[in-house]
Amino acid sequence: MSTSRVVNGVNVASHYRDEKHQYASNKEGIWLFMVTEILMFGGLFVGYIIYHSMYPELFAEGASFLDWRLGFINTLVLIFSSLTMALGIYYNQISQPKKATWALAITLICAATFMVIKYFEYTHKFHIGIFPGAMLNLETLKEHGYNIQHPNLGLYFGFYFCMSGLHGIHVLIGMGLIAWVMIKNMKREFNANYYTPVEGVGIFWHIVDLIWIFLFPLLYLVG
Amino acid sequence: MAQHHDENHITPLNTYLKVAGGLFLLTFLTIGAHAIREHLQPFSALIAFAIAGVKAYLVMAWFMHLKYDTVSNRIIFATGFFFLALLFAISSLDIFTRIYQGSVL
Repeated sequence: MSTSRVVNGVNVASHYRDEKHQYASNKEGIWLFMVTEILMFGGLFVGYIIYHSMYPELFAEGASFLDWRLGFINTLVLIFSSLTMALGIYYNQISQPKKATWALAITLICAATFMVIKYFEYTHKFHIGIFPGAMLNLETLKEHGYNIQHPNLGLYFGFYFCMSGLHGIHVLIGMGLIAWVMIKNMKREFNANYYTPVEGVGIFWHIVDLIWIFLFPLLYLVG
Repeated sequence: MAQHHDENHITPLNTYLKVAGGLFLLTFLTIGAHAIREHLQPFSALIAFAIAGVKAYLVMAWFMHLKYDTVSNRIIFATGFFFLALLFAISSLDIFTRIYQGSVL
């Protein structure tokens, strides 16, 4: 374990010059992590774009099963949660921890709303026989009155479930992280000099929003 | 202590609200463009992603504080997008040259 000392009211590990050095290094680590996030989701985006240009009709048929109004509501919910997340950091910066806790709580509620809407979208698709890849059930789709033009429609839904599912997992992880900093905030562990975890969780949460900003037109609108 | 605040730029509340307002407005614009997509063909996808690009910029610059972050952090993040573009360029070259040769796919 590294020993730490207190500099300007902040616990600073021995290998840092001061609290600013620690803050800058911690944040740089978060940004390196964000690069891996961009590359992971980016690989899926690249795959989607290439297969979309190869089979445009198949992708159009797949996208016709999505309700853009639900995606639209979820976009608004995520943007609002991004704002409240940013405010969670802002209120810590200006030493108003109570307001910061409220901002984080609202962020958490928005994230839960997003997941509830996603839950209804997923269960409806499972109900009518839509699954990723080869698991797509053409019989069940026919029973529900859908006349499928492309029997390989599972290709589209492989992308749909992987991309929106991976994004959904990020929302769930984000909810855990936000709850963690919110509890720390309630215990008054942050102040204007030290709020690194809130800032880190914030950057992660904005990445979740950033990816959705592109997923929404890609999956729901362009098709 | 005072210096600390100069380094960690505090964005005014008003700016955050304006950025969020812009993001909401652009989302409605996306839906508007989607409603008249028949008239916008073949540019409808391009318009949708151009709007998404502007929204992404707003989120990265203000919400993620990249506008006031260190140069090294901005370069680190940009590197991710650079390698993503490389991945896209090389894989599409690969796949489309195979299609035109009419062999594998």
